[in-house]
Amino acid sequence: MHLGMLLEMAADGMADRVALGPLASGLTFAELASRARRLGAALEARPGERVGLIDLNSPAVPLTLFGAAIAGKPFVPINYRLADPQLRAIVARTAPATIIVGEGVVERVGPVDGIEFLSRAEALALAEDPEGKEKDGWGGDADEIAVLLFTSGTTGEPKAAVLRHSNLTEYIISTVEFAGSAQDEAAIVSVPPYHIAGISAVLSSTYSGRRVVQLEAFDPTAWVTIVREESITHAMVVPTMLGRILDIVEADGLGLPSLRSLSYGGGPMPLPVIERAVGLLPNVGFVNAYGLTETSSTIAVLGPDDHQAAFASDDPAVRARLASVGKPLPTLEVSIRDAVGIEVPVGERGEIYVRGGQVSGEYLGRGTTLDSDGWFPTRDEGHLDEAGYLFVHGRLDDVIVRGGENLSPGEIEAVLLEHPGVLEAAVVGIPNKEWGEQVVAAVVTSGGVTEEDLKAHVRTRLRSSRTPDHIQFREELPFNESGKLLRRVLRTELSEAFT
Amino acid sequence: MSLVTKPGTRYRSAVDQTEVIVVKPAKGPIDLRCGGHPVVAIGTEAPTGLTLDPAFSAGTPLGKRFADGDTGLELLCTKGGAGSLSIGEVILAQKDAKPLPSSD
Repeated sequence: MHLGMLLEMAADGMADRVALGPLASGLTFAELASRARRLGAALEARPGERVGLIDLNSPAVPLTLFGAAIAGKPFVPINYRLADPQLRAIVARTAPATIIVGEGVVERVGPVDGIEFLSRAEALALAEDPEGKEKDGWGGDADEIAVLLFTSGTTGEPKAAVLRHSNLTEYIISTVEFAGSAQDEAAIVSVPPYHIAGISAVLSSTYSGRRVVQLEAFDPTAWVTIVREESITHAMVVPTMLGRILDIVEADGLGLPSLRSLSYGGGPMPLPVIERAVGLLPNVGFVNAYGLTETSSTIAVLGPDDHQAAFASDDPAVRARLASVGKPLPTLEVSIRDAVGIEVPVGERGEIYVRGGQVSGEYLGRGTTLDSDGWFPTRDEGHLDEAGYLFVHGRLDDVIVRGGENLSPGEIEAVLLEHPGVLEAAVVGIPNKEWGEQVVAAVVTSGGVTEEDLKAHVRTRLRSSRTPDHIQFREELPFNESGKLLRRVLRTELSEAFT
Repeated sequence: MSLVTKPGTRYRSAVDQTEVIVVKPAKGPIDLRCGGHPVVAIGTEAPTGLTLDPAFSAGTPLGKRFADGDTGLELLCTKGGAGSLSIGEVILAQKDAKPLPSSD
C-alpha cells in the first residue's frame, strides 16, 4: 500500500474532521489532502529526485511528507541541529533534491550541487495556491522508497535508513483502526520531524482521524500550555521530556485534565519517573513503546492495562513488567538469539531479532541487513519472559566486557536509578589494563549522595563485578535532542577522567 | 472467474463504488466478488450492464478489513460502497478491530 492511499482514505472518510491545528481554525482532512496534492504536483515538476526538509515542526511537515509521496519522490527529513559541516555533508548526500528549509538554513549550508532550496513559506504557498493543479493519484508503487531517515549517528557515519511505502503502511494498517479516533481526540506532536516518531505520528493520526497540534520543538512549558489549551488527549514523549513535564505539573498542581494517553519510548524510562507520572497523572493511560527507525516505529507495546496490572501486583514477575516494553505486535515475530544466531530459551538474554512487513532493515547504498529468512538483527540486547513480555537491556555494542564477563550497562543503570537520590545514570566501559574494561558510572543526583553510598547500593543488589569502579557526579548527562544518551561522548569523557 | 491475489493488488466492484486492496493473499485462485459480481482490477474496464445483486448489498464500509479463514485472504476497503464482498456466494466476514494502544 502507498502513503498516498492512506491520505486519500482519510480525506474520503473523514473529509470535514479537523486534521491539523486548533479545532476552530485548523485544516480538515479534505483540505490537508487537497494541499498535499498541490504541493505534490509542484514537487513532481521540479528536477530534484528527493524531497528534503530541514525545519522545525509546522504544517509543512505533514504536507511535505504526503506531498513527496504523491510526487513519487522519497521524503528526507534532516536534523537541523547538526553542526554546519555535518549538515552540509548530509545535504550533499541527498542530491539531487528539492529541500524545504526553515529560517537560516540556506545561510548555514551554502550552495550545494544538485540542491534547490525552497523556504517553508514558499512550500506552504504552493500548497495553498488556489490556482495550483492538484495531482490525481500518487507517484510510484508500494515497493518504492517513501522515507529516508539518517540514523542519529551516536556512533560513526550516519546511515540513511530506507523505509518503503509498504513498510510504513503495513505498520499503520496493522496497528491503527481506520477512523478509530473519537471526534474529540487530539494529539500533540513535539518530536522532531526527522525522528521516526515524527513520521509515525503524522501517519497514525491521519489514518485514525485524530487531530494533530504541533509544537515547533519541544519545550516543557509550551507543551503543558498547549495540552491544557487545546484539550489534548494523546501524546508521545521521550523519557527526558517526561521528567521536565512532570516538574511543571507538580509545581503548579493543575494536572493535565484532558490527557488520556501518554506514550513513552525512545530510550529506557527510569522506574521512579514513571511511578511519579502515575502519581501525578492518575487518569492517564500509560503506554511504553519500543521500536527502531529500521522497523517503521513501534514493534512492542506495554499498554495501560499492563501498567495497571504491574502496579497492582505483588508477584515480582508481574511487577517487573513495568520495566518491560510489553508484548511484540501481533503482526510481528520476535526471536532472542545468541551470538551465533541460535534462539535462546525464555528468560535468557540475547540479541533481539524481528521479522514482519513493517521491518525494513535496509540502508541506502548498503543494502539489506535482513538474513535470508527475513529476520532483522536489531543490535539491541533483550529477553522474553514466560508470558511473552519483552525486556530491552540496551545496545549490544554498549555491552561492557570486564575480565571476560559480559555486563549490560542497562542493568546497572536501572539499579542506580532505584536509589532515591539518583535522577539520571549512565554506565559505560572504559579501557583498563587489568580487566580489559572497567565499569564507570556517571550520575546526576539531587545531592547528599556519596560515591560509597552508590557503590554499596549496587553491590548489595548485583554482583561486585557489576559495581562501578568509579562514579562521576555531574550536572547533566549528554543526551541528543531525541533523548538518546550519547554514550560515545560520555565514554570519551569518562576515559579521560579515569585513566 | 478466478483471481490469483497478491499483496497490494487493488480491485474495484463492477457494480458499485467499493474498492479494496489485498492485505494478505489467498492461498489459491479465488472467485472474488462484490455486489454479486466478479471484481475487476483497478485500471481495467468493468463489463457493462451488470447491476447490484440485492443478496450482496449489505455494503462495504471504508477502512474495514475483511478476512476469509479458509483461504487466508484479507482485504482492506479503500473506498466504501453498497455491495458486499464475497468469495463465490460466501460473504466475507468483517474482521473485528483489535486496536492497539496508541504509541505514536
